[in-house]
Amino acid sequence: MIVSLIALILVLVLIGVSLKPMGLYMAAVFSDSRLDRFFLPVENILYSISGIKKQKQTWKQYVFSMLLLNMVLLVFIYAVFRLQGILPLNPLDIAGMDPALAFNTAVSFITNTNLQHYSGESGLSLFSQLTAILFMMFAAPSTALAVAIGFIRLLGGKPIGNFFEDFVRALVRVLLPISFIAAIIFVALGMPQTLSGAVHATTMAGAEQTILRGPIGAFLSIKELGNNGGGFFGVNSAHPFENPNAYTNLLQCWLMLLLPASLPFTYGKMTGKPKQGVMLFGAMAAVFLVMLAAGIAAEMQGNPLLQGAMMEGKETRFGVIGSVFYSIVTTAAETGAVNTMHDTLSPLTGMLALGNMLLNTVFGGVGTGFMNVILYVMIAVFIAGLMVGRTPAFLGKKLEGAEMKLLAITLLVQPILILLGTAIAMYFPAGNEAISNPGYHGLTQVLYEITSSAANNGSGFEGLGDATTFWNILTGIVMFLGRYISIITLIAVAASLARKTAVQESKGSLRIDSPLFASLLVGTFFLVGALTFLPVLVLGPIAEYVTL
Amino acid sequence: MNKQVSNIVPVLRLGLVCLVLCSVLYPLAVTGIGQLFFPYQANGSLIEGENGSVIGSELIGQTFTDPELFQGRVSSIDNDASGSGTPNYAPSNPDLISRTVEAIRTQQASNPDGGIVPMDLVTNSGSGLDPHISVEAAEFQVPRIAEASGIPKEELYKLIDQHRTSQVEELLGAPAVNILQLNIDLRALK
Repeated sequence: MIVSLIALILVLVLIGVSLKPMGLYMAAVFSDSRLDRFFLPVENILYSISGIKKQKQTWKQYVFSMLLLNMVLLVFIYAVFRLQGILPLNPLDIAGMDPALAFNTAVSFITNTNLQHYSGESGLSLFSQLTAILFMMFAAPSTALAVAIGFIRLLGGKPIGNFFEDFVRALVRVLLPISFIAAIIFVALGMPQTLSGAVHATTMAGAEQTILRGPIGAFLSIKELGNNGGGFFGVNSAHPFENPNAYTNLLQCWLMLLLPASLPFTYGKMTGKPKQGVMLFGAMAAVFLVMLAAGIAAEMQGNPLLQGAMMEGKETRFGVIGSVFYSIVTTAAETGAVNTMHDTLSPLTGMLALGNMLLNTVFGGVGTGFMNVILYVMIAVFIAGLMVGRTPAFLGKKLEGAEMKLLAITLLVQPILILLGTAIAMYFPAGNEAISNPGYHGLTQVLYEITSSAANNGSGFEGLGDATTFWNILTGIVMFLGRYISIITLIAVAASLARKTAVQESKGSLRIDSPLFASLLVGTFFLVGALTFLPVLVLGPIAEYVTL
Repeated sequence: MNKQVSNIVPVLRLGLVCLVLCSVLYPLAVTGIGQLFFPYQANGSLIEGENGSVIGSELIGQTFTDPELFQGRVSSIDNDASGSGTPNYAPSNPDLISRTVEAIRTQQASNPDGGIVPMDLVTNSGSGLDPHISVEAAEFQVPRIAEASGIPKEELYKLIDQHRTSQVEELLGAPAVNILQLNIDLRALK
């Protein structure tokens, strides 16, 4: 066990070393750089076929373009889900989805959530998997990455750029090439990659076994890299085809962290404040490591009712440590892929997974997670400014009433969606009938599902019988609002700051790149972000833990 | 209004081009390379019998009840690989406790000389298709298999050792034995 922990630390170091180069690569991707020579010819084909013009946009045009593209895609994939019964590539004769399920699934994939209220094996045709699911696994993170870059440009006092250009660059320069290489590695490590359907086997015991296959390698790389998390199969990365061994398990964890955890370095480079990027990364990494250590410690205690290792819902090849690591990474990076059933985790480990999503900043999903971090930075700056009696300023721009109102709205969206959503689901029979585990754990199931939707994570306490019209509509709305409100308000804040003239930094200014500010930031994560949810956590996982 | 209509056409076209890129070219390229260079993995790591018929996949668990063979983990879906799943029992769920206690009793009854029952043998895996059992779970079954099949215990321990995951994998994951390959070689011993 000690040896496994040392191995895990080595893996973490390797992951950590890769993040800064990745962050700098992304900074180059979205600026004029030598990469243009290589990628521009490909992108120019895309621009000329589509007729997109790369003129500079105002922040409102940028946001409008983002919404327009997303809504077009939303309508398209909704239609695919409804009509999959009569569309081609449907060898298993899977019927179209009902309107509520199609709505939920379409919103889920355009918002980078990948909450799945259908089962991959029996709910989607190959056509839907390829044209809707796989497509959105690229389009949703490209959208988020583009928006985050526009946001960073505004913070750096530059024009926001052009949404479509950023979207295409995210796709062509970041997501497609890395996914392609990772997919080949995944296939080499054992994942199926075929367009032919199921195989029928006669087992050693003489029984018939139908083995479903598919283009798994290509799915898995973008599923993790884009913080998507939607499994090809119902049980996601616990399925041996989606995660055949310890190597694929760690590679998936690396891909999940790669983009969100390297964005602070992109920010440092693009704003010309590299030290701030290091500080942001350090603060988030510290919280992540504490969460991971606590999760492993909690799960290692075992189940007191069985006096044995926590192997229910886990796969032998990952063991307890490999399973907890994945659970903490997937909730930290808002991916939502799972290699162990989160419903079966010990109450405290389940609470840490939940806590990661409630914070939604360490590291958060690609793009949106970073924007949330800056939200907390501004709140921390504001609190610090009040404490020392100075006008709070961020990157030399004064934070005033207009910005603080928008920040307060953004800050309130998450708790309102989560607590109100949970209350609605608990109140109505249509909601609470879905609970499958008795006692305190039942509340945690509901809370987890709503939190996962609001944070655009997509994992679940999957015992919850959520494939109903009530749950489809409720979580569909929560996912939609959880995604777009904060993007729009935070861009608006950055745009408002960009219009102001910078004040000269003096010796008395608050230094944001100091360890002192990093600890203030972490304190703000927990005081503002997590304290809101303490009562409901006491009623759910903590009550389950103390009564176990 | 006119301006908005002219706005949406390029957006539709962009969506279409990206669709071709992400949903057609990308998966086809990966499939081509995968099938060319890694055909065994790309087709599902299938294991064929002597007459060329498919026995199963190296990566997908099977149900074994024969006392002369190694048995796998609990699977609520009976290792049916046209689906995947688990009952999602919370640690506090009374059904989990009663099912597991029952499974422990059954294992103790059929393996009286095995010692303590390893937990992975009596719990449901995440996928319901776990192709592995822990090394302890395999060794736990050795006395029973030796008695039922007449194969010496030493041979069985050796066989388990041969089928363990590599040392690096054990370091990064957990020690495990592939149960289908183990049983195929076990049957060949007879």
